[in-house]
Amino acid sequence: MMIDRDTRKRLIETVANRVIANAEELTDLDRAIGDGDHGTNMRRGFEAVLAAADELSAKAFGESLKGVGTTLVMKVGGASGPLYGTLFLSLGKSLTDEVSREQLAEAFAAAIEAVKARGKSDVGQKTMLDVLSPVLAVLREGGEGFPARLRATAKTAAENTIPMKAIRGRASFLGERSIGHMDPGARSSALIVDAVADVMEGRA
Amino acid sequence: MSENVGIVIVSHSADVARGTAMMVEQMVGREVPLGWCGGDPDGGLGTNVEAIMAAIDKAWSEKGVAILVDLGGAETNSEMAIEMLPESRRGRVVVCNAPVVEGAVMAATEAASGAPLEAVRRTAEELTPA
Repeated sequence: MMIDRDTRKRLIETVANRVIANAEELTDLDRAIGDGDHGTNMRRGFEAVLAAADELSAKAFGESLKGVGTTLVMKVGGASGPLYGTLFLSLGKSLTDEVSREQLAEAFAAAIEAVKARGKSDVGQKTMLDVLSPVLAVLREGGEGFPARLRATAKTAAENTIPMKAIRGRASFLGERSIGHMDPGARSSALIVDAVADVMEGRA
Repeated sequence: MSENVGIVIVSHSADVARGTAMMVEQMVGREVPLGWCGGDPDGGLGTNVEAIMAAIDKAWSEKGVAILVDLGGAETNSEMAIEMLPESRRGRVVVCNAPVVEGAVMAATEAASGAPLEAVRRTAEELTPA
């Protein structure tokens, strides 16, 4: 794939608008098991990204991803800032304007490791990693119509966090009581994957 | 430039951070460089990487800086702030695994004696149940 300036702008705007449009839902999820600020924080971060969309998309893909990461780190104001910031900063380190699915998968795998290190967390602890990890598997697999599978996998994976018990983050204070609620970070990750899949399919 | 390790207090609440800093100043005195911050970039409850970096700068000492944090995001954002510091400073800033108020007072007490960064951190962390 060639990630030209128009595509970069579409990616940035679609992802940012998707998160902003669903901020209320993220806050509601976070109110159930966290401190109720995930939606507000993510909205603030992605509004800043959206405001800088022209400037960010004018840069090469790697640099624009790093710019998104830095903006989230500086503007989100909760743990999700460094976590999503680290994800985008790491992706930006290796991706260039001309990118194959294999390269994307490799960069995504490295980014997931960086998020694990930043959050001192791993798969199975009711976090965004429980969405990112199955999404990586689909990215690696590829094949016909994989953007649709990315979207479906992310959605199911977020739902699969409902019966999990939180081990990391604020929700872990609730212990058993965290069971029965979808993890807000898993949901925001699924929203981002959904938006990226839309761009890949030419829908946005 | 102070001879003592600096202390930074990071809370989700500006009031908690300011109140903790006042306790440190009253109990330990002003010979320890002190920085504090609290609140998200809009002034609500939360933490803010830019403000943490500014607090580290304010409390900077060549002997290093120990950061005391309250909850989750304060720790993650402090670690992120450390990584974004110039390389020459990055290795001399630590986050203490200790309760924010008691940890700040204990760390500052140790720092006021001229102790090195590792000792300051250890003293704060003695408050944490194993």
